[in-house]
Amino acid sequence: MSDLRELYQDVILEHSKAPRNFRELPAANHKAEGYNPLCGDHFTIYLDLEDGSIRDVTFQGAGCAISKASASMMTQSVKGKSKEEAAKLFERFHSLVTGHAEGDPDALGKLAVFAGVSEFPVRVKCASLAWHTLMAALEGKQDAVSTE
Amino acid sequence: MTTAANSLSWELRPPMENGDFDVEAARRDFPILQQQVYGHPLVYLDNAATSQKPRAVIDAISRYYESGNANIHRGVHFLSEHATEEHEAARRTVQAFLNAADKREIIFVRSATEAINLVAQSYGRKHVGAGDEVLITAMEHHSNIVPWQILCEEKDATLRVLPINERGELRLEELPKLLTPKTKLVAVTHVSNALGSINPIRKIVEMAHSLNIPVLVDGAQAVPHLKVDVQQLDVDFYVFSGHKVYGPTGIGVLYGKRALLEAMPPYQGGGDMIRSVTFEKTIYNDLPYKFEAGTPNIGGAIGLGVAIDYVTRLGIDNVAAHEHELLVYGTEALTAIPGIRLIGTAADKAAVISFVMEGIHPHDIGTILDREGIAIRTGHHCAQPVMQCFGVPATARASFALYNTRQEIDVLVKGIQKVKEIFA
Repeated sequence: MSDLRELYQDVILEHSKAPRNFRELPAANHKAEGYNPLCGDHFTIYLDLEDGSIRDVTFQGAGCAISKASASMMTQSVKGKSKEEAAKLFERFHSLVTGHAEGDPDALGKLAVFAGVSEFPVRVKCASLAWHTLMAALEGKQDAVSTE
Repeated sequence: MTTAANSLSWELRPPMENGDFDVEAARRDFPILQQQVYGHPLVYLDNAATSQKPRAVIDAISRYYESGNANIHRGVHFLSEHATEEHEAARRTVQAFLNAADKREIIFVRSATEAINLVAQSYGRKHVGAGDEVLITAMEHHSNIVPWQILCEEKDATLRVLPINERGELRLEELPKLLTPKTKLVAVTHVSNALGSINPIRKIVEMAHSLNIPVLVDGAQAVPHLKVDVQQLDVDFYVFSGHKVYGPTGIGVLYGKRALLEAMPPYQGGGDMIRSVTFEKTIYNDLPYKFEAGTPNIGGAIGLGVAIDYVTRLGIDNVAAHEHELLVYGTEALTAIPGIRLIGTAADKAAVISFVMEGIHPHDIGTILDREGIAIRTGHHCAQPVMQCFGVPATARASFALYNTRQEIDVLVKGIQKVKEIFA
């Protein structure tokens, strides 16, 4: 049960029930779709990118608690950041959820609540789906991203 | 089609007499069930994905590789003769199990999927042409959709789909409209993997045959759970996988009526499927070998034969009665939990309970149950069109086998309560 509580932290559950920035973004100039065939999670990330900086970011779609909370908290974390900073954050986040976290734990801020995912290897894809999709949107890729 | 149809449990057939079936004795035959997962006794409820193997099957496969291994149909030596004999004995076991008229009608393949591809590529490519139609149903597994799509695309033919109703039953009243002179084949599942629905195959076959349309039945989810008699059903092709009926993976069966198989071109070329080869001309072997190119899965066939013997010894009717009792008990237990909606409430159902929980994604249900030692399947069950019909991205699915118990369903219910606690 303790592992489960580590995974389903209150913050994560709260974000999954009431996701932030959960809407279409009319001003978006970049967007990408992400799909996790394992569980059918499907998200669209909308980006308003200006001079390499994320002025605004929102998402829509459906998925499990982990993927939805991750998308919600990601939008909060990357808003106002540059492309490079967002990519760096994803790198840290990915290390965290795969159990290879190094360096300053505070650098992830609130995203550190996803540490419990590392005990559930099949759920890593859920936690990182929104991030992969964000990276695709930043790079302006048109094809849907799949975690497979 | 999002009607909450939770209240249908009493429409299921009532539990039947199940004779002397002793589930505790049966459980002892399955070594894997004795283990703990995350500190809890394993509760294995993912039998529609694959079943566990009894000791007899595991031993038969070990014995074959320890003391019986040889290639078949060609050696003159002792081991080869013996392996050939065992392989062919397994074919006769399958023949008797399906009540096929002739052992030459039993083709060993890798899986139900391969059997369907064989029919699509051999029978299909010969008989389906531009403008023709192949009819499937809305509850098919991807394995009974995609091979026909590939065929239809190649031949410029059209794939038609018989719809289902909100309970997950075929809408048979639509069938006469969909059976036309253009229809060259009907491919339908006997039991739905995602919904549990048991389809009225005899009736479908009668309707199709009245227009001389052959019928292929996907029996992957049926043979472990109910008596199948291919002659009584009068099906033209019937396919199943060994691993879902307590046998090993990598072995499956295609049954086909002899006249149809005789007239079909080979599926794959190679050794064993030929009578003589010259660079000018090859003469194909007789049935069933014409469709068994290359060294087959000999150990797998032997294991499957032993698995079928095991089920036959317990009595498939006893197994069916036991599983139906679990279905009735489980359906009542799950529908009593607020916030649960069953997906698939056909009146005639095999022991599969697919469900969704309000506000909780099936994947989260699966993870939490897993930590309680409960193995269920979550996802689209390789039946995405079924999920679309019910307006859900995925379901959680508990599917039962002969070794499951009421106590395990109680553990499942407790696990679901835990899911609700975490998401409260």
